[in-house]
Amino acid sequence: MVNSWEDRFFNTVTFIILLLCGAAVVFPLLYVVSVSITPISEVLKNGGFILIPRHITLAAYHKLLTDSGIPRALGVTAYITIVGTVLNIIVTALMAYPLSRRKLPGRSIILMMVVFTLLFNGGIIPTYLVVKSVGLLNSLWSLILPNLVWSFNILIVKSFFEQLPEELFESARMDGAKEFRVLWQIALPLSVPVILTVSLFYAVGHWNEFFQAIMYVTDRSFFPLQVIVREILIQTQQPLENAENLTPTETLQMASVVMASLPIILVYPFMQKHFTKGMLLGSIKG
Amino acid sequence: MEQQIAIHKHTEAAIRRPQKRVKGMKRLWQYKAMYAMLLPGVIFYLIFRYVPMYGIIIAFKDFSIVDGILGSPWAQPWDKHFLTFFHSPYFVQLLTNTFLISLYKLAFGALPPILFALLLNECRVGWFKSLIQTLTYMPHFLSWVIIYGILLALLSQSSGLFNQWVVHLGLRAIPFLTSTDYFRTILVSSEVWQNLGWGAIIYLAAIAGIDPTLYEAARVDGAGRLRMIWHITLPGIRSVIVMLLILRLGHIMDAGFEQIYIMYNIQVYPVADIIDTWVFRTGLQQLNFSLAAAVGLFKAVIGLTLVLVANRIAKIWGDGIW
Repeated sequence: MVNSWEDRFFNTVTFIILLLCGAAVVFPLLYVVSVSITPISEVLKNGGFILIPRHITLAAYHKLLTDSGIPRALGVTAYITIVGTVLNIIVTALMAYPLSRRKLPGRSIILMMVVFTLLFNGGIIPTYLVVKSVGLLNSLWSLILPNLVWSFNILIVKSFFEQLPEELFESARMDGAKEFRVLWQIALPLSVPVILTVSLFYAVGHWNEFFQAIMYVTDRSFFPLQVIVREILIQTQQPLENAENLTPTETLQMASVVMASLPIILVYPFMQKHFTKGMLLGSIKG
Repeated sequence: MEQQIAIHKHTEAAIRRPQKRVKGMKRLWQYKAMYAMLLPGVIFYLIFRYVPMYGIIIAFKDFSIVDGILGSPWAQPWDKHFLTFFHSPYFVQLLTNTFLISLYKLAFGALPPILFALLLNECRVGWFKSLIQTLTYMPHFLSWVIIYGILLALLSQSSGLFNQWVVHLGLRAIPFLTSTDYFRTILVSSEVWQNLGWGAIIYLAAIAGIDPTLYEAARVDGAGRLRMIWHITLPGIRSVIVMLLILRLGHIMDAGFEQIYIMYNIQVYPVADIIDTWVFRTGLQQLNFSLAAAVGLFKAVIGLTLVLVANRIAKIWGDGIW
C-alpha cells in the first residue's frame, strides 16, 4: 500500500479517540463504585475520596438495605417494571398487528389518532386531572396505566409486521387459524428481535420511572427507586446517629446510585445486540 | 366468494343501496377480531391522551377542583390566564431559558455523534469497535437521577473528585452545580455524554447503506482515508444529518423536563427554569391549575407548529417521520 504510513497514523488516532470515549463512560462509573465502598477511616486519612480505595466496606449497602426506604422502593420498581412491561408489550402487539394489515377498514384513522399524540398533548395539568378523576392517584397503577403504550413503539413494531410476507398470514388463515392465533403463532415468533427491543425500552422506562411518580404519588410507600435515590442525593445532612457506625453521606449516596443502576448495567450487555438489530430493522425503514 | 355470489343475485339498481350498507357492515364484521385487538389500546388513547386534550379548556376557565372542569366558571376575559403569563416577569425568562437550553443542546449535541460514528466506522479492529459501542450506548439507559449522582460524585463542591483536585492545588472549590455560571454547561455536557453512542446508531446505519464499490473505486484512484470520508462517507449520510437536524429543530420547545427538574436547585432558577418545570411547580405544587394549563397550552401550540413546519421542510430532503 502506498498510503500505509498514513493508514497506520490514522488507525492510531482513531484508536486513541475511541479509547478516550470509552474511558469517559467507564471512569465516572468506576469512581462512583469506589466512593460507595470507601470506609470512613480511608476518607479521614486521605482528606477526601480516592479513585481506588485500599480498604473496602459494604457498610453503606448494609445500611441502605436495612435502614432506609430503598428495599420498599425496590419492590415498587420491580413490580411496575415486570407488570408494566408485560402489559405494555401485550397492548403494543395487539395494536401494531391490526394496524400493520393494510386492508383493515378504519386503519388510517386509528393510526392518525396514535401519531397525533406524538405531536400534541393535553399537557401536564389536564393529564394530572384525568389521572386524578379516574381515581389512580397514589396507586401503583398511576405509574403504569397513564403510559400504557408509547406511540413510537407501536410504529416500530407495526413497520416490522408490515415487512412480513402477507402469504404467511393468508396460509395460516386458510388452515383455519383465528386472528389471535395468527398474531401469537406467526407474527410474534418472527418478530423476536423487535419485540425484545421494545420490551427493553419499556422495561428501562419503568425502571427509571420518575416523572409520573412525582406527579401522581404523594404517599411515600408507593415511591419508586429513582425518587428515593434522588431524595438521598439532595439531602446534604446525615440524620443523627451514633458515631461508630458512621458512614459518610457521599458513600451512602453513591451506594444508592449503584443499587439503582446495577440491574440495567448487568442486563444491558445481553440485550445490546438485540436492540441494535431491532432498532435498525424496525425504525429506519419505517 | 359468498359476497360475489350475493352481488350477482341482485342486479336491480333499486336494491343496491341497502345491500351496499349490509355489505359494509359485513366487511367490518369480518375484521371483528382485529377491532377487538385494537380495543384496549384505543380505550387507553381516548382516556389518557384525548380526554386531557379536552381538559385543556381549563386554561380558559377559573378552574376549581371542587366544581370540576364543566362546573368551573369561564375566565373573564377568556384569555385572562394567557395575559397574566405574557405580562409577568417570568415570561421572558422562561422563554429565554427554554430556547437557549434547547439550542445549546442542539448546537453542541449534534456534531459529536456524527464524528463518533465516522470514527467507529473507520475502526478496523472488530472486538475493540464493539467494546466501545457497548460502553458508549450504555449511558442512554441510565436515568437522570443516576447521572445526577455521578455528577455529584465528580463535581460536588464539598467532596467531588474534581474539587478535591482543585483544592489540592490550593485553589477555591468551584460550585459547579449551584452556580448560574456553570449550570447550562453541565446540562448540555451531561446530555452529550448520555447520547454520544446512542445518537451514532442511526448514522452508522446510514453509513452501512453506502455502496462499497464507491470506496473501491476511490482506493484505485489513490484516495486516502480522509479523502474517502470527505468525499464518500459524509455526502452519503448528508441527507440523514440534515433530516435529523430539522426534526430536532421542531422539538425546540422541549428542553428536557426530567433532566432539569432533577438537576436544578433554587440558586440556578434564573438560568435553568423552563416552561415545563415552571408549569409543574405552579400547577401541581401551588395548585394554580388554570394558569399552568394556559402556559402548557401556549407551549404545546408553538411546539405543534414547529414540528409541522420542520416535518414539511424535512420532506423536501426525502422523507419526514410519517
